[in-house]
Amino acid sequence: MTGRIEKKFAELKQKGEKALVVYLTAGDPDLETSRRLILSLDEAGVDILEIGVPFSDPTADGPIIQAASQRALKSGVTLSSILAMIGSLQNVIHTPIILFGYYNPIYSYGNDKFAVTAKKVGIDGILVVDLPLEESHELRRYTDREGLDFISLLAPTTTDSRIKKISHNATGFLYYISITGVTGTAKPVIANIKEDVYRIRKISALPLVVGFGITTPRQAAEIAPIADGVVIGSAFVHLVEKNMGNENLIRIASSFARDIKNALRQVKRLP
Amino acid sequence: MQHLLPDKNGHFGIFGGRYVAETLMPALIELEKAYKESRKDSHFKKEYSYFLKNYAGRETPLYLAQRLTEELGGARIYLKREDLNHTGSHKINNTLGQALLARRMGKKRVIAETGAGQHGVATATVAALFGMECQIFMGEEDIRRQAPNVFRMKILGAEVVPVTSGTATLKDAMNEAMRHWVSRVRDTFYVIGTTAGPHPYPMMVREFQSVIGQETKKQILKMEGKLPDILIACIGGGSNAMGLFYPFKDIPGVEMIGVEAAGKGITTGHHAASISAGSVGILHGNKTYLLQDGNGQIRDAYSIAAGLDYPGVGPEHGYFRDTGRAKYVSIEDEEAIQSFILLSKYEGIISAMESAHAVAYAMKLAPTLNKNMIVVINLSGRGDKDAETITQRLESHQ
Repeated sequence: MTGRIEKKFAELKQKGEKALVVYLTAGDPDLETSRRLILSLDEAGVDILEIGVPFSDPTADGPIIQAASQRALKSGVTLSSILAMIGSLQNVIHTPIILFGYYNPIYSYGNDKFAVTAKKVGIDGILVVDLPLEESHELRRYTDREGLDFISLLAPTTTDSRIKKISHNATGFLYYISITGVTGTAKPVIANIKEDVYRIRKISALPLVVGFGITTPRQAAEIAPIADGVVIGSAFVHLVEKNMGNENLIRIASSFARDIKNALRQVKRLP
Repeated sequence: MQHLLPDKNGHFGIFGGRYVAETLMPALIELEKAYKESRKDSHFKKEYSYFLKNYAGRETPLYLAQRLTEELGGARIYLKREDLNHTGSHKINNTLGQALLARRMGKKRVIAETGAGQHGVATATVAALFGMECQIFMGEEDIRRQAPNVFRMKILGAEVVPVTSGTATLKDAMNEAMRHWVSRVRDTFYVIGTTAGPHPYPMMVREFQSVIGQETKKQILKMEGKLPDILIACIGGGSNAMGLFYPFKDIPGVEMIGVEAAGKGITTGHHAASISAGSVGILHGNKTYLLQDGNGQIRDAYSIAAGLDYPGVGPEHGYFRDTGRAKYVSIEDEEAIQSFILLSKYEGIISAMESAHAVAYAMKLAPTLNKNMIVVINLSGRGDKDAETITQRLESHQ
């Protein structure tokens, strides 16, 4: 059975395009706004949506996503209400969805029940940032059963032998963390990324996206030629934060996504 | 009796493990390897014992609290005087070990989180001793209530980084230290102060702290000709308790009791009793008992003792609780204050507020026990740092 994520990458490859993955924290500042943002991102041509489940102690995130998580938790969102919101978009939007988060809210919800519900509401893959390969079995025995992709992270510190093990077990795509650090805190250095991407490519044929620290269309376009896609996370969350209460928020967010997608399309035209 | 724990992935039964972002995994694997090598290296062991003896001042006395024993009229009470270590608590046992390991691994920079400041001071101290750069992450609320320790860290040349997120206490300091470690993992050694965090920390800290129980065993056999009946220690993350308990864990006749902070009372919700009133979850790289809401969000802990103010506990304590090897109880702020005062009055020992929780439970228990029974309390730290808080509190009650 081919998943929607795999199909999406195959489709993009055929068109010679790179994937734009956009992250937002669900419930920041409230679930209704997130829902409207998701609808507009779908329309703007985003290729994969990464929906973040807020956690009280996000140790892999920098200040921007930390603050967004706090706002979201204050608004009262839970994993359960986020799953319901995503469910309400089924058959409304057609962009593949990845649920991104920390393990504890999932564990508390119940691994088995989570896998079943995630599948039912139309989620395509999950990325649990604090569940490395060595600990992933306890959740994957359920999510694999449901056919959910388990997106795996690779870091600049990951050794070749780990890349081999991780990519062998990964499904969907590989997510390369472009900086040695937490989200949105440093500018990625293209030369370093190139070297690492080359290292990964030698080992795995899975689609490879690059994220953590990419903020502008220009950076996205610089990285795109060497990857299958880029993730815009903190930069998008920051945009939402800056325009909170602005009646044009949705339009601004969608045009930001369009700009980056256009920058990525330019890449394709390069010889 | 049982397999040696943790297993190869750092699990103690269902507890423990390495629940961290991929960026840190290679560092944890490297650390485990270096630690295991150091354990086999007689030079490393010699060096560690040298500093424990000549720098930290070990061994620490096991002292029969004669007047307190008479006053309570029950079991004989011994105090393991970890407060007499250099820097004033058991924390130096672990920081010396980890700093020597950092040096062996060629890391010139150490970071640590701290609650009461005892671990921060102990880390800043060894950083000075070995000429390492040192950054200590500390919650703003703790910086306020543990000011003397902040001065000490600064004098020792460490940079104290205030953490303002969450309740600005130990949990948040640990979040920030982990974030910083992710960013500087290549040149920085993270000195975790308790038997929590991702594998190999719970195992490594346990082993560096086990000197407490090993000495106690030898000392009590010499003084009493038999082993103690009951060991009592306070539990924040649980390093002083694990250090005392671990060498006794395979001796069924020795009962082990961990004392958590009940704060203003378990029913008020303002407490730090993760085992007594929490549930299993994942935080700071390990699966353990946590204070959390029904949606898996971590709740804020509360205790008058900054070093106990943590919403989790070391994974091996979770394992000890579930297997019944140790028992876990809790003591409220007010009870701890009373015992802080009584111990000062009867024995001339001003204990840390953290350790006062263990003393308070022993005071409840001892009168119910036979006079030939032996109770050992781990007096994990001295109370100079708490003098101001307690004085203010007593004055406001008058």
